[in-house]
Amino acid sequence: MKNLKYLLLRRATQIGLMFLYFATNAYGWHILEGTFGSSKLFGFIPLADPYTTLQALSAGFLLGGDVLVGALLITVFYMVVGGRAFCSWVCPINMVTDLANWLRRKLKLDKEEVNYRFLKRRTRYWIMVLGLIVSAIVGIAAFEALSPITIMQRGIIFGFGAGISVVVAIFLFDLFGVRNGWCGHLCPLGAAYSLIGQKSIIRVKHNHEACTNCMDCKIVCPENQVLHMINKESISVTDGECTNCGRCIDVCNDDALGFSIRKLNKDS
Amino acid sequence: MANSDNNRRKFMATTLQSVGLTALGGMLWSGYCDEAKASPLVLRPPGALPEEQFLDVCIKCGLCAEACANRESNKNKDGTQREGTLKMAKGGNHKLIGTPFFIPTEVPCYMCDDIPCVPVCPSEALDMKSLLNEKKELDINKAEMGLAIVHKESCVAFWGLQCDACYRACPLLDEAITLDYQKNERTGKHAFLLPVVHSDVCTGCGLCEKACITEKPAIFVLPREHSMGRAGDHYVKGWDEKDQQRAGDRKLDEIETHDERSQQAPSDYLNKEIEY
Repeated sequence: MKNLKYLLLRRATQIGLMFLYFATNAYGWHILEGTFGSSKLFGFIPLADPYTTLQALSAGFLLGGDVLVGALLITVFYMVVGGRAFCSWVCPINMVTDLANWLRRKLKLDKEEVNYRFLKRRTRYWIMVLGLIVSAIVGIAAFEALSPITIMQRGIIFGFGAGISVVVAIFLFDLFGVRNGWCGHLCPLGAAYSLIGQKSIIRVKHNHEACTNCMDCKIVCPENQVLHMINKESISVTDGECTNCGRCIDVCNDDALGFSIRKLNKDS
Repeated sequence: MANSDNNRRKFMATTLQSVGLTALGGMLWSGYCDEAKASPLVLRPPGALPEEQFLDVCIKCGLCAEACANRESNKNKDGTQREGTLKMAKGGNHKLIGTPFFIPTEVPCYMCDDIPCVPVCPSEALDMKSLLNEKKELDINKAEMGLAIVHKESCVAFWGLQCDACYRACPLLDEAITLDYQKNERTGKHAFLLPVVHSDVCTGCGLCEKACITEKPAIFVLPREHSMGRAGDHYVKGWDEKDQQRAGDRKLDEIETHDERSQQAPSDYLNKEIEY
C-alpha cells in the first residue's frame, strides 16, 4: 500500500481553493474572490499573479495599486514556500496533467525517453520571455489571452463554454504527445514560479544512506531532472523546477526523502 | 581544427533555428492576440477605460462580475439569486477571453446607485474617477457604456403604432429618451410618438433594448465610438457663442482658404472639367 499523504493533501488544497473561488460567485461568499489573475482574500487582502501583472505592465499601461501589492504578496509567499508549490498545490491544470501522466504510465506509453530537439524543459523560459515581448507588441497580456490555467479556473467559477476544449487539448497533449508536455516544457507561469522559488526555504531533502536505489521517485516525479542526487548525495532538492508536490516522498518506501527547511547559509 | 569548426557550425545552426522558431512562435502568438482583441462591438461595465486600454489593464479576475451577480438587489422574490449582468468572456464568445461584458437582450445593466462592480476592480480598468459627480459621489448616470440608436424602419412607433416601451423602460425617463410628437399624415387624425435618444444623457445600459417589442430590437446599444459620428474641428457653430470662440476673434472676411482652386478665378474653373 503506497502512501498517498501528500497527494491527498494536495488534492484537498486544490479542490478546496477552487471551491472557495466558485462559492464567491455562486453563493456570494467573501473568503477568496476573483481568479488567479487577481484575488481578494477575506475581502481585503489583495493577491495577484506576478507573471500576469508583468505582462499587463509590459503591455504599457499602469495598473491599479491593488494588483501591484497583490503581486508582491504572492511573490514573497512563493519565495518562501517554493515557487512551483503553486503548480502542484493550487493550479487546477495540475489535476488534468497528473491524470494524463498517470494514464500514460498505466498504458505504458513511454517506454523510452524521447528527446525532442526544440521542446526542452527550458523552452518554457523562452515562452515566458516571449510572452512579455508579445504583450508589449500587441498591447494585451499575451499569455492571459490563451492561458489554460485561468480558462479552466474561470470555467469552474463562471461556466466553461467552448473553453473546455483548451483543457482537453492539454490533456491529450500530455497523454499522447509529450510526457509532462504542458507543465514541464511549455507553461510560462510555471517558469516564472520556478524563478521565484529558486531560493525557497521549504525543500525536499534526500537521505542517501537510506536509499535503496529503486528509482520509484524518479518515475513518479514530473520534473525528475531535479532528483539528480538520488542515491548519490544527501542534499536538498534545490532546483526551482521542483514543484514541492511531495509525490517522491509518498512513493519512497525507504524514508529516504522528506520535506525539510533548507539551510540558507549552506545553500547547497 | 576541423572538429571545432564543425562544432561551431552546429552551434550556429542550432542558434539560428532557435531564433527562427522563436520568431515564428512570436508572430503566431502576436497574430492570435491581435485577432483575439478585435471585438469592437462589445459592451463593457460602467467606468471602463477606452477599449484599447481596457483590454490591457483588465486583469481578468472576475471581481466585477461576482459583485454584479451577488448584489443585494439581484434576487428574486423567493430569495434565489438571479443571473448577473456582467459575464466573463469564455471560449466561443469571440471576445478577449476573461474580460467582462454584457448583452442587453440577455441581462441589461440595471444602473445600481452604489455601482457594486466598479470599486472592486483591483487594476482600475474600471475607473472609479470617471463616475464621480461634482460632489465626488459615485454617480451611475455618468456611465458611458454605450449609446442606444433607433432603427426607424423597424420601430413600430415610426409606423404610427403606439409603443413607448423603450421610453418607459429608460432609467433616465424623459432625459435619455424623449418622445417627439408628430402628426400622422396618413390617417390625418393620429400622432406619431417617436423615440429620440440623447447621447449626452444615455449611459448605454440597454434597458430599452431589452424592453423593445420587435422581434429583433429596433433600439439597440452599441459602444459609443461605433454609434457616434464626429463633425470635426473645422465646423464651428456660428450661432453658438461658446463654440464661436473656437474661431477666435477673426471676422469672416479674414478667413481665407488657400488651395489649388483658390488660386484661380471662379469663371476659370467652373467652366472647365478640372479634377481636384
